[in-house]
Amino acid sequence: MDSIRNRLILIAVLAVASIWALVPRSVTTRVIDKNSGAWRDTVVKRIPIRYGLDLQGGIYLALEVDESKGTVANKSEAIDRALKVVRNRIDQFGVAEPVVQKSGTDRIIVELPGIDDPQRAADLVKSSAFLQFQITDKTNALDKALPRIDQAIRESGVLKTVPGATTKGADTARSPLDLFTKPDSGAKKTDTSKAAKGAKSDTSKAKKDTSAPDTGLFGNANGPFSKLVQPGQSPGEYLVDLSQLDLAKSYLSIPAVQAAYPPGKTLHWGNENLSVQGKNYATLYVVDTRPIITGEYLTDAKPANDPIEGNIVIFTLNNEGGRRFRAETGKHVGDYMAIVLDDIVMGRPPVIQSAIGTRGQITMHGAPLQKVQDLALVLRAGALPVPLRVVESHQIGPSLGADSIRDGVRAGLVGVALVVLIMVVYYRFSGLLAVLALGLYVLFTLALLAGLDAVLTLPGLAGLALSVGIAVDANVLIFERIREELDHGKTVRAAINDGFSHAMSAIIDSNVSTALTALVLYQVGTGPVKGFAATLLAGIAASMVSAIFVVRTFYMVWLQRTRGTQTLSI
Amino acid sequence: MLRILHDTKIDFIRLWKVTTAVTLAFILPGMILVATQGYRYSIEFTGGTLMQVHFNTPPNVADIRSSLDGAGLAGAEIAEFGSKSDFVIRAQDKRHVAEQGSGAESVGNEMRAALTQKFGAGAFTVQRSEAVGPKVGGELRQKALYAVLLSFLVTLIYLAFRFEWRFGVAAVIATAHDILATLAFIKYMNMEISLIVVGGILTMIGYSLNDTIIIFDRVRENLRKKRRESLYDTLNRSVNETLPRSVLTHSTTFATLLALALLGGEVIRPFALVMLFGVVTGTFSSIYVASPILLYIETRWPRAVGEHGGVGPRASPKRGKSERTGERPIAAAR
Repeated sequence: MDSIRNRLILIAVLAVASIWALVPRSVTTRVIDKNSGAWRDTVVKRIPIRYGLDLQGGIYLALEVDESKGTVANKSEAIDRALKVVRNRIDQFGVAEPVVQKSGTDRIIVELPGIDDPQRAADLVKSSAFLQFQITDKTNALDKALPRIDQAIRESGVLKTVPGATTKGADTARSPLDLFTKPDSGAKKTDTSKAAKGAKSDTSKAKKDTSAPDTGLFGNANGPFSKLVQPGQSPGEYLVDLSQLDLAKSYLSIPAVQAAYPPGKTLHWGNENLSVQGKNYATLYVVDTRPIITGEYLTDAKPANDPIEGNIVIFTLNNEGGRRFRAETGKHVGDYMAIVLDDIVMGRPPVIQSAIGTRGQITMHGAPLQKVQDLALVLRAGALPVPLRVVESHQIGPSLGADSIRDGVRAGLVGVALVVLIMVVYYRFSGLLAVLALGLYVLFTLALLAGLDAVLTLPGLAGLALSVGIAVDANVLIFERIREELDHGKTVRAAINDGFSHAMSAIIDSNVSTALTALVLYQVGTGPVKGFAATLLAGIAASMVSAIFVVRTFYMVWLQRTRGTQTLSI
Repeated sequence: MLRILHDTKIDFIRLWKVTTAVTLAFILPGMILVATQGYRYSIEFTGGTLMQVHFNTPPNVADIRSSLDGAGLAGAEIAEFGSKSDFVIRAQDKRHVAEQGSGAESVGNEMRAALTQKFGAGAFTVQRSEAVGPKVGGELRQKALYAVLLSFLVTLIYLAFRFEWRFGVAAVIATAHDILATLAFIKYMNMEISLIVVGGILTMIGYSLNDTIIIFDRVRENLRKKRRESLYDTLNRSVNETLPRSVLTHSTTFATLLALALLGGEVIRPFALVMLFGVVTGTFSSIYVASPILLYIETRWPRAVGEHGGVGPRASPKRGKSERTGERPIAAAR
């Protein structure tokens, strides 16, 4: 009697606790405002079960240290530092419930629910955001270094890509003497691999020469690199025909060429192209290697709109940075200052008119608002200590997620309905008790998932439906046992008691072995599969409680109510 | 009381020669096919790029092909996905996977750009894209293999703990049979091995082991009771006694899986198919693989007189009291 009451109380407590765990509650999330495109906070009410990316749509990225430009000594430690920066950026980006975590020793996992532009997400996470201010060269240092650079290119052997091209020895032997006599043919011979293109660029250069009379050296230049570049409009600025950009970039990526740069100077490409007399040019800047200041002093960066410059980023330096900046810019009045982000010169370097203090701006030259916002964000969040690269990315559109939920829920409901039908038709009253317990089972499972903060994925939904099918197995085992005991002529009460106790070892064995497999799956799986394992584990725990404890209690209540006249419908 | 297959006396074990021939005829050709052709693996395992694209108007497949070829993605595979406006594009060949070593997203961007150029920016939406670098794919292959082996080992240890070694060996061989049969099934269906399929195989292992355990649990119990009966008869009796349960449980599981396979969508279907087959092979192996092997082991290494099915340490004391007489420690059998 008392034991029945205690059991009922326990079941009631479990049910109430489960319902409470699943009551929709207010959650503050950030959403993109449809009108302005900016993030804003909203409060939504929803059931506290987390959906996986495959159900709500979103992006998954796995990143590692990019060692293509030099090895990193302590990768695990570097990843830890990078993790902080990435987390900082993602937090400021304002995704609802993002995941940023270390996986293993050398990987960062980023999950961004609700975002569906993988390129933007990747850029945001892996852009180094290393900001430097460098004074452009005004001594024409590159002009003097050009012969050395050309020489380095010839010696590197990249020109011999086409069979039958001149050998390295012949190349060096001919330069520089006869080059001056027949510049055009010389250029063609030197650069056989690009003969056709080279000729085209030569004619264009000839045209350009007339408009820029102070470039005598360049007019005669016909080294592989020097014939590609011509002076620009401000000190340290050079122009490269857009069609030759890839070739020029490939030259500059040769280490021997980089070693031939003018001492104390370095070369950066600009992010803006220039149009001169109807032709498009990429910009190349020669700047002091030593930056006058770097982004480490930056305290704030905000997107803004300037009537002339368009979208810009306004940044603020801290006091120390401001002091240094003021002192350095004071020394360089009249010089041009390149704002270099991740080795790219942003906009065209402005001239320093007077000492600058703690505030400055980066011109983005007509970039869309979103790009400017993202740049301000990564500047605020700080530079990445090591370069990262994406090793895995998954993106699921929100509509696909919605379809998955619809399909999964529909299939699950049909499956559960079939199970209910089979159980009630076959076991009648007892089947009904089992179905009642099954209702509690689903409730417990969902509450467990919510309580453990597990993620419900599409395979998880399948796992839930499947575990309903498996959950009734315990009831089937018990009912079959009870039937056998009844066949042996036992009373209903004794048959129920023995049915439960005799079925127990089989139930425990089978559930434990399934749980062990699920545990392995949980350990090894990622994302969706992990979700499946979690659902299966929660399902096993809940089914043990509902099939054994709850159904037993139902029987006890029924036995007490119908004392005397007992024929069990099973 | 509605009863099916109640009190049956079918001689299941007698059929073991026929069923062995049947199962070998199923598994062997499959294994030969696997050995000669291998499997198709999903990009999770091989590395590569997959993009599921929905077009606003059904496009010409040749147009998709030519746009990709033009962008240097000639090795990409294009397949319809559910409807005439939905396509899945896969770039899984070695060259494209290698290209992703420097950044997994590169090939996906090329695909997007090529399609935009051909069809225009608003003409299609990318529903899903997956990009896996070569290193990650290799790691996952290892992990999946490790998972299957580990779950195998863990259940083996559990069986050794709960049952006598004869039962454990028979159950493990039955499970190994199920894995082989499922692998052959996957090959016949020309299914792709993906993480979700591996998940299906692992779940299938658990489920099939369940079934074997239920029958063996009954064998163990009957061995304690019926002392005058040969093991052959005990096995048959046990299978017959658990038959109603098997039919019921398998039909409920089968029903849910069928619903998942037919209505659950493309992502779930491979999993549901593997499990559907798992229910069939699991049932089959419990009766026709596990039981005959137990019988074989028994004749090869007969148990000592009076030893009955190795009552585990957790057998209920109530039951043990009347039947434990004459029982010896398991070690006595060797």
